[in-house]
Amino acid sequence: MIEFRDVVKQFPDGTVAVDGFSLQIPAREITVLVGSSGSGKTTLMRMINRMVDPTSGVIEIDGQDVATIEPVKLRRSIGYVMQNSGLLPHRKVVDNIATVPLLNGVPKREARERALALMDTVGLDRHMAERYPSQLSGGQQQRVGVARGLAVDPNILLMDEPFGAVDPIVRDELQQEVLRLQRELGKTIVFVTHDIDEAFLLGDRVVILEPGGRIVQVGAPEQILANPANDFVRTFVGADRGKRRLSVREVEGRRIVVDADGHPAGVLDESAGANAGVGGAGAGGS
Amino acid sequence: MTWVLENLGLIGSLSLEHLRLSVLPIVVGFVLAIPLGWLAWRYKLTRGLILTVTGLLYTIPSLALFALLPPLIGTSFLSESNVTIALTIYAVAIMARAAADAFGSVDAGVRQSATAMGYSPWRRFWGVEFPLAGPVLLAGLRVVAVSTIALVTVGALLGIDSLGYLFTNGFQRRIVEEILAGVVMTMVVALVIDGLLVLLGRALMPWTRGHPTKVSRRSPVPNAVSTGISPDGGGS
Repeated sequence: MIEFRDVVKQFPDGTVAVDGFSLQIPAREITVLVGSSGSGKTTLMRMINRMVDPTSGVIEIDGQDVATIEPVKLRRSIGYVMQNSGLLPHRKVVDNIATVPLLNGVPKREARERALALMDTVGLDRHMAERYPSQLSGGQQQRVGVARGLAVDPNILLMDEPFGAVDPIVRDELQQEVLRLQRELGKTIVFVTHDIDEAFLLGDRVVILEPGGRIVQVGAPEQILANPANDFVRTFVGADRGKRRLSVREVEGRRIVVDADGHPAGVLDESAGANAGVGGAGAGGS
Repeated sequence: MTWVLENLGLIGSLSLEHLRLSVLPIVVGFVLAIPLGWLAWRYKLTRGLILTVTGLLYTIPSLALFALLPPLIGTSFLSESNVTIALTIYAVAIMARAAADAFGSVDAGVRQSATAMGYSPWRRFWGVEFPLAGPVLLAGLRVVAVSTIALVTVGALLGIDSLGYLFTNGFQRRIVEEILAGVVMTMVVALVIDGLLVLLGRALMPWTRGHPTKVSRRSPVPNAVSTGISPDGGGS
């Protein structure tokens, strides 16, 4: 579990990015921090691996204050996946994936073996191992980024808008891949995004942030959709308009779900009951 | 051509001497410029200072510097060290700015990602920043090499033998062919060194070779291996 207690971050120029943030992030779940730019979501995530140190307040991982852990050691124990993959352009794919094990002194052969196995895990063909990142597509680079984040089998994986720069079709694939991986691996994932659809699709818990890192609402996606805390959340999640405002219409004996504009969104599955997947609305027709 | 043919031995030994005199300033200049360039890139305060001072150093005429060094550092007027040190100063002057630009050319996102992976600052410098600054460093080094090889000839005025000897000797004896031989051979030495540097760069920086291909010939349809386990190995 990761816990933030009264965390404040003021940058040297006086900007208060985070003003009194407290949150418990449960283990083995995906927690999504979502908010527009300036909401402090990336700053919050970076405080977990001490890329940013708080001005005041405490961040604990399983009860241990991260301020007491040496930053380099801490970072090597936490997976990190960032936008535009952040791969090292001068290292081959396999060496990129093996970066952290190699830093930890794992013998090169062993580290490469493990990197190849991770390529299987994230759905990358092994024959790409000897290429440089610039020789891969954006989606493939992002897969390498995910594999690299998993290389030391960390308990915690931080994902900083990892799919912000890939096209929508590839993004869909990668999101499904994250869900599949999470079913297999059960990591504690902290995911930052400004895309509410992505947040609802991936998050077991979604944390909606306002500027200054103020929490507006925390909950499972269905809770937030059903009971938006205020107008800000209602507007942000789009509960009152467009494709989230669904209604049922009967067409030729079948019940069709249509959105606010009357566009068909899908067919109502009568047998699925109330526990149907949360991702249904956000995932679209893919 | 007769003068050249009769003096092949002299031309050869002077070329080697010229090369020997050039290598030390190029190497030492490069090594000294790396930390200076890094400081200039990293801190605003040192940037102005370092780049201004090195810029000014380069404006000192070479002959004046050769003559000024002995009283300043206590070498003999005929010492080869005067030439070596003066040329090193020029090399640092050019290279420090190039190095500052080189470190500035490293993608901030990559630097940040390396930090997030758990690179210590020292390892990040050698493992990430230095190699990624490589292409711009190499460009600077090539300018330094050619400039140094050209400047070595001035040492002939102080009696430090290099291909420059062919200029002074040819001028005194009115042998145009000898002067031309000096010019051509200086260019040849410069071209050879430049070529070697380019080859060295290719060997050390294989990721810069050729144009990056988004999808190489051997690859399957991009992202065809999407969900699920992909087939291992090639064979596609």
